[in-house]
Amino acid sequence: MKLTIPGEELMGHGNLSCQGCGGSLAMRYALKALGRDTIAVIPACCWSIIDGPFPYSCLKIPVFHTAFETAASAASGVSAAMKIKGKKTTVLAWAGDGGTFDIGIQALSGAAERGDNIIYICYDNEAYMNTGIQRSSATPYGAWTTTTPAKKFKSAPKKNMVEIMVAHKIPYTATACIAYPEDFIKKIKKAKGFQGTKYIQVLAPCPTGWRYDPAKTIELSKMAVESGIYPLYEVENGIYKISRKAKNKTVKEYIKMQGRFSHLTGEVIDEMQKNVDKEWELLIRKEEFYGHTKE
Amino acid sequence: MFKTNKDMPPCAMSLADMSHNKTGSWRTFKPVLDENKCIKCFICWKFCPENSIDIENDMPKINYDYCKGCGICSNECPKKCIEMVEE
Repeated sequence: MKLTIPGEELMGHGNLSCQGCGGSLAMRYALKALGRDTIAVIPACCWSIIDGPFPYSCLKIPVFHTAFETAASAASGVSAAMKIKGKKTTVLAWAGDGGTFDIGIQALSGAAERGDNIIYICYDNEAYMNTGIQRSSATPYGAWTTTTPAKKFKSAPKKNMVEIMVAHKIPYTATACIAYPEDFIKKIKKAKGFQGTKYIQVLAPCPTGWRYDPAKTIELSKMAVESGIYPLYEVENGIYKISRKAKNKTVKEYIKMQGRFSHLTGEVIDEMQKNVDKEWELLIRKEEFYGHTKE
Repeated sequence: MFKTNKDMPPCAMSLADMSHNKTGSWRTFKPVLDENKCIKCFICWKFCPENSIDIENDMPKINYDYCKGCGICSNECPKKCIEMVEE
């Protein structure tokens, strides 16, 4: 028997996630990578519910629940306390896309600028799913949410949070996807080796909010990566590296699987395809450029 | 659990895990594994969001107490040996 990911389970049974939840799968992998000596700081997000009501917790590590905007600053404090106590415990800030892209961005920016020793993982389900599918700045162009109904779908593009974090000159930034757990775990382990703030953004599809069959979670996540909508790459001290170069699916194939895009017409889809191709081209150029400067 | 005041934690802390919450009752469709067709790749184990697939005697074993019946295992199985059966 050969397992491709660590066998130890630090996420207990009976959590409160929806069927086929990408976020709970992401947490399972993250804890497999980080191990027992970890403290998780969780702001308001799906995971503050999934973990269980007080006094229960389904995680086998200490969890510190905190306010929506404070994931990174609370983690900074925990990290400082660990330093004073002389412990080498990993501090994990675990926030959703709302708590990272919108509400928590100033705290995260501050922590990144100070270089506090934390691993910040954002599980990106592209809207405020916990409160009932409201748009966030991580919601992609064209998507339906309860605050951007189909007739007036979201007209702004998704905020490029990874590039914002790269601009902070932190040692390690990466994107990951739950359909590639080996890659995700490798990136977390790599992040653990750096001193300073590390940022990993993992795509965690939400069957409830994206309107698809829960069984297709992994299939859809793979499609997001293969179509180039969610490219997997890492930026290590300013050097870009694309983790998965295959781009063999179209945007149309990806979005036809989801109910949140069902109102879109051909023209809008063509425009989305053009934008994805442009972003992909830019990423390849960046990899070439920074790879060149390294030599 | 706490004998004196000094044993008390300085902040609210969790006292138990969530295993009392048998999420298997949420299920409409139940995954059933055909052990003869299984090639032991453990892809079902890898992609289970509830970690309700255990490995017992080198074979995946579905824990029906907690399986929510999402069907990811059935969808991802390369040999299609997990069937979703209505409860």
